[in-house]
Amino acid sequence: MEVDVEARPTVRVQAPTAIEAKEGVAPEQRELKFRATDVNLWYGEKQALFDVNLDIFDRSVTALIGPSGCGKSTFLRCLNRMNDTIEGCRMTGDIRLDGEDIYARDVDPVQLRARVGMVFQKPNPFPKTIFENVAYAPRIHGLCKSKADLEEVVVKSLQRAGLYEEVKDRLDEPGTGLSGGQQQRLCIARAISVNPEVLLMDEPCSALDPIATARIETLIDELKKSFCIVIVTHSMQQAARVSQRTAFFHLGKLVEVDDTVKIFTNPADTRTQDYVTGRFG
Amino acid sequence: MTDIAASSLPVFATKAEISKRLRQRHAAERRFRAYGIAALLFGLIFLVVLFTSIIGKGWTAFLQTSVHVPIYFDPAEINPSGNPADRDELMRADYSKLARDALFKALNVGADDKKERRAAGALLSRGVDIQLRNAVLADPSLIGQTRAEWLLASDNVDAFLKGSIDRETPPDRRPLSDQQLTWIDQLAAKDMIAKRFNTGLFVNGASSDPETAGLGVALIGSAYMMLIVILLSVPLGVAAAVYLEEFAPKSKWSDIIEVNINNLAAVPSIVFGLLGLAIFIGFLGLPRSASLVGGLVLSLMTLPTIIIATRAAIKSVPPSIREAALGVGASKMQVITHHIVPLTVPGILTGMIIGLVRAIGETAPLLMIGMVAFVVDYPKTPLSPATALPVQIYMWATAAERGFIERTAGATIVLLLFLVVMNSAAVYLRQKFERKW
Repeated sequence: MEVDVEARPTVRVQAPTAIEAKEGVAPEQRELKFRATDVNLWYGEKQALFDVNLDIFDRSVTALIGPSGCGKSTFLRCLNRMNDTIEGCRMTGDIRLDGEDIYARDVDPVQLRARVGMVFQKPNPFPKTIFENVAYAPRIHGLCKSKADLEEVVVKSLQRAGLYEEVKDRLDEPGTGLSGGQQQRLCIARAISVNPEVLLMDEPCSALDPIATARIETLIDELKKSFCIVIVTHSMQQAARVSQRTAFFHLGKLVEVDDTVKIFTNPADTRTQDYVTGRFG
Repeated sequence: MTDIAASSLPVFATKAEISKRLRQRHAAERRFRAYGIAALLFGLIFLVVLFTSIIGKGWTAFLQTSVHVPIYFDPAEINPSGNPADRDELMRADYSKLARDALFKALNVGADDKKERRAAGALLSRGVDIQLRNAVLADPSLIGQTRAEWLLASDNVDAFLKGSIDRETPPDRRPLSDQQLTWIDQLAAKDMIAKRFNTGLFVNGASSDPETAGLGVALIGSAYMMLIVILLSVPLGVAAAVYLEEFAPKSKWSDIIEVNINNLAAVPSIVFGLLGLAIFIGFLGLPRSASLVGGLVLSLMTLPTIIIATRAAIKSVPPSIREAALGVGASKMQVITHHIVPLTVPGILTGMIIGLVRAIGETAPLLMIGMVAFVVDYPKTPLSPATALPVQIYMWATAAERGFIERTAGATIVLLLFLVVMNSAAVYLRQKFERKW
């Protein structure tokens, strides 16, 4: 776990105030978005998740933290059924989005992924123009009737992703020509272009420099007003900075989930305590 | 712990030994580089030898000797009925007589000396008949006029002017008599004989006279086969590769199929010819010598190459692109058609052109299905009898006449040029469609 030893005390001191200031919704007003019940998952013979029970709330950021290989990314990919595409992957249990079982027979994963967008670890724009990158999803889902509609959606998505001002003059240039941070914001614009309800982020800043990371974090802060955001991160400072709730995974089990303030100041489990203070991981 | 970490490791070699070893390592590198250059030079020398030998032998095939004499298109001979619309009559007329008469006049050969007349007539190709007939059929108003025409000379005259027949050879051992040589000299002095660009090489069909033999039928046959190979093996190959890579469940069966496709690419081409003979001609009853059958056989041969190239290209598409597309809700089919296949176009094109080039240069399977045939007329459909470029080369190489030697080399130049153009196209297309991610 690459936590800076010097930085840790600062985080612990600053985290509570920062989070309290950002906390938008009081606990009693929270609106349930995802409910995962008894989720077990196997890759072939190897079990990756053990009886995970987790509630995720709307219009807030939930951070999934834990050491490498603890199953946090696997769990994230369960939420939009990206694990379906992996051969030999098997899941039991029940995940409900707004009360609806997303693994039910009549749920089309393609439709689900339009409701639950995803941003990946490494920026992965399509090798197409910036415009085409954002326009692709609305187009395949048939959301726009005219070219003007499509242009409006692209511009709005880029604006919400905080990228429009930088690229407005070169929408027809390839998206792969942007810098890493810009590419990641392009991927965020692409993910929100179909108006999803949930945004899953799998270590979105791990390939970015600190300045680009700061921009993405500001953006996440902004986006949580309209989306339910679930973020997997290796950086505890990041979890403390952007999230309202934090779930700590260890060896495929969900050890503890609570308000971020509590996880970082007064965790209930000693393993959580050890991890957030950098004693292992 | 810290003591060991802090202390430096012992060194057992002296400085001189280390620097000696370093020198040896550099020497090994230099040696390896020299081997590489030697290998490259070796290959280059053979290439140069090949090209100089073929071009040296073959370039004369692109020139053909013709005689330029004024011809009187005698209406009494061509069109006794006086009706130029009667094409049958125009077809039947004896045009070689017109040509011979014109030549006799030019050479002042007497009307009675039959022996001389025969010797002078032998200077002209048998193909002048068709040459003049085509001229008249194209423009019947020629009848009754006198116009100078370029008439094909016989292959002996051609060979003499190209230097293959030596004037110093005793008359009984060369195909041209002293009298004939004198006539050629007379014609040359009056600028009535010249080597001109040989369009017939590209236009004419098969002929037993070298001067009128051409690659026309072979070029059309090869074009038909190329078309069939592209139309059949590209869609089939790409579809098979996409299915195997994206949809096929991993099982013993898909493993067996994969191994067999790889084996198929290594099967000798004559085996495909036998297969084509048995299935397309024997079982399905398709005609022999048809470019359709040739195309089908070559498609079978090209299919594994295209499948393997396409699968390799699909495998090289980064998984992040696939995830990105799935992540925004693209269906599997959309991921393939919108993202995977466009990114594999350069790979598919390369595989296609490599396969095609191999197919176009292939001779053995075409021999098996009877494409080695004497075809004079252009094949109107892929079902008509035809030959192919490499088969034509093979047939000319086995012919006895002197003129076919240069034609064999000439046709080889055409084939090589064709392959060079195709390969350049492959490189160009690959670079054009290459996308970075």
